[in-house]
Amino acid sequence: MTAERVWAALAELPDPEIPVISLVDLGVVRDVQVEGEHVRVQFTPTFLGCPAQEVMRDQMAEAVRSLGAEPEIDVVLDDSWSTDRITPEGRRKLEESGFAPPGPRTATGPTLVQLEAHAFRCPYCGSSDTRLENLFGPTPCRSIRYCESCRQPFEQFKTI
Amino acid sequence: MSAQAPPSAAVEAVLAFADDELVLGWRDSEWTGVAPFLEEDVAFSSIAQGEIGHARALYELVAGVQGGDADALAFDRAPEEYRCTPFAELQLVGDWAATIARHGLYEAADEIRVKALMESEWPELAGLAAKMDREETYHRMHARMWMEKLSGNERLEAALGELWPYALGVLEPEQRGELAKVAGRDEVEAVERGTHTDGFAALHEEMTIVRRSIPGAAW
Repeated sequence: MTAERVWAALAELPDPEIPVISLVDLGVVRDVQVEGEHVRVQFTPTFLGCPAQEVMRDQMAEAVRSLGAEPEIDVVLDDSWSTDRITPEGRRKLEESGFAPPGPRTATGPTLVQLEAHAFRCPYCGSSDTRLENLFGPTPCRSIRYCESCRQPFEQFKTI
Repeated sequence: MSAQAPPSAAVEAVLAFADDELVLGWRDSEWTGVAPFLEEDVAFSSIAQGEIGHARALYELVAGVQGGDADALAFDRAPEEYRCTPFAELQLVGDWAATIARHGLYEAADEIRVKALMESEWPELAGLAAKMDREETYHRMHARMWMEKLSGNERLEAALGELWPYALGVLEPEQRGELAKVAGRDEVEAVERGTHTDGFAALHEEMTIVRRSIPGAAW
């Protein structure tokens, strides 16, 4: 077994709630260590309240098992996951499927003023004439914005 | 797990914190479907989900030291064993001004608590607190936005006055001065942990009924 093979298998796993993006694109795989047939995956979940956490963990274990190796999924609960870990490829896929990708995280974290002032573009028509409709959305990781140009509400990945 | 077991006082404090987040999350969820408008239904439901997610992670941390699991800590204890602040227990659904007052005061107190825990010598707790801090940023933004919107409103001001002694009780005595400064209020005698409000028995009954009805079930 090699770490490359494990990474490649994990890159095939869709996010349970936003299936256009893979778990690797989402940045929740922090590290893969291989010792013989034993594979240790460091998993850094997105939000603590995310109900997809167990599904992600079990999917990763299953993917490792299907390669014929013994998985150990180590759930890391610290602040190592941030939306800055979403890959450029992941951001592109989010945008294509109608999600505005998160803005970059500043050292002090996001503020309401930033979220209201930043020119987030509408994933449907590309206009930057959009406004924050609700800090909260259908899952912990999403906010709701509204495009004044094409009059379409859309979801945005929260910057965190 | 840390190489060295954390001191029992630290574990007890984390358990109390978990109880706060679970009970407040429960109370927040009571607004689902009945908030003043749809956006707030979504917001309070999401905030409730966030708080309960935090409770779970904190219970898991405690279970890692004491044994057992998060569900057992959350739902199998007798009402008198819960260490939550009476502030979280108050049932405020139906009173938006009081709900916003609690939201504003709780988030302010919680920010002081979380920032302090980020410096904890218990590495897992410090890491978890740092993760919680990022997520709480959104709760705080929401709370501040509403505190500003309703600023000067008679009912909000009355609720803030009434709830202030409860808010102080969220924190350790030495942290209360900082909250008083942030809130622009005088430190008064706090409503401490250790006793429960009249509504807690009914809340506990409701919160644990599914688990008690089929002990040991896996969901």
